[in-house]
Amino acid sequence: MSDEVLYLYAVTDSDIEDVEVIEMRAVDGAPVHVIAEASVAAVVSAVDADRFSESAVRHSMEDLHWLETIARAHNAVVSDLARRRPVAPVRLATMFANIENVRSLLRVRAEDFVAALDRIRGRCEWAVKGFAVDTEPLPATAGPTEALGPGRSYLQRRRAERDGRDRRSQEAVAEAEAVHDRLVQLTLASRRYPPQDRRLSGQRDEMVLNAAYLLPEGVETEIRRVVDEYHGGRLRLELTGPWAPYSFSTLESDQ
Amino acid sequence: MTVAGSRDELALVDLLDRLLAGGVVLTGDVTISLAGVDLVQISLRALISSVSTLAEP
Repeated sequence: MSDEVLYLYAVTDSDIEDVEVIEMRAVDGAPVHVIAEASVAAVVSAVDADRFSESAVRHSMEDLHWLETIARAHNAVVSDLARRRPVAPVRLATMFANIENVRSLLRVRAEDFVAALDRIRGRCEWAVKGFAVDTEPLPATAGPTEALGPGRSYLQRRRAERDGRDRRSQEAVAEAEAVHDRLVQLTLASRRYPPQDRRLSGQRDEMVLNAAYLLPEGVETEIRRVVDEYHGGRLRLELTGPWAPYSFSTLESDQ
Repeated sequence: MTVAGSRDELALVDLLDRLLAGGVVLTGDVTISLAGVDLVQISLRALISSVSTLAEP
């Protein structure tokens, strides 16, 4: 049997028991288990050392099927934990050579992890995405351009379409900023992500807002109302959540 | 409380925003180092090329 290394999913309070993770499906098929040290605990599973070496992971990241499998398995463990207890999720594909290295991390960074857990304790993450709608070209207007001849008329029409699209896109961006400002007022923390590529999101509309918000558990009513009741001219909003607090799990010393 | 992620319809792209750019970043002597590897760039480039290939008729 080949060597194994440890894949780390999340750090949580030290009162977690093995029974809480025993049923979980891990990234590489091995059981999930808990390593408690100092005042915190790591949730890990063994993975094959060759398949999860630095060079193998770097290579595998380019394989959509592999990436999706790992991402969903990682999230399954993290979100399952987040349903029961505060968790600080760890970045995808964080591996350790052995248990002693995990223990050493927990010992050295225990205070940072406790502070990170305190920041998200009793809180969860919701996400709001905004899309610019109605930015398809308007029907071309006939009129004075006819005198210019077919070639110039066409170019002028194309320019007018493009300008109209840019204007409507800018309007959507402005609306999105206003919505974001409002959500910042309603929530404890926020984080912006770059707009998703349309080829990945499968959305034909341009994304103009991709943000995460941290709020106390069970009080998403207000943020939901903002999204549900939004009737902007150029903006369509989507709410997802609750998420495990991925966007708000940072260690103080990393900031 | 239910957490997004237990259901299959969770969009992979939303998940990757968080898994590749969020979460606690641990580097140093104790980890198998992927530090300095731009996971977002690598994986998104791969995703876009896969998706583009799939989307072609």
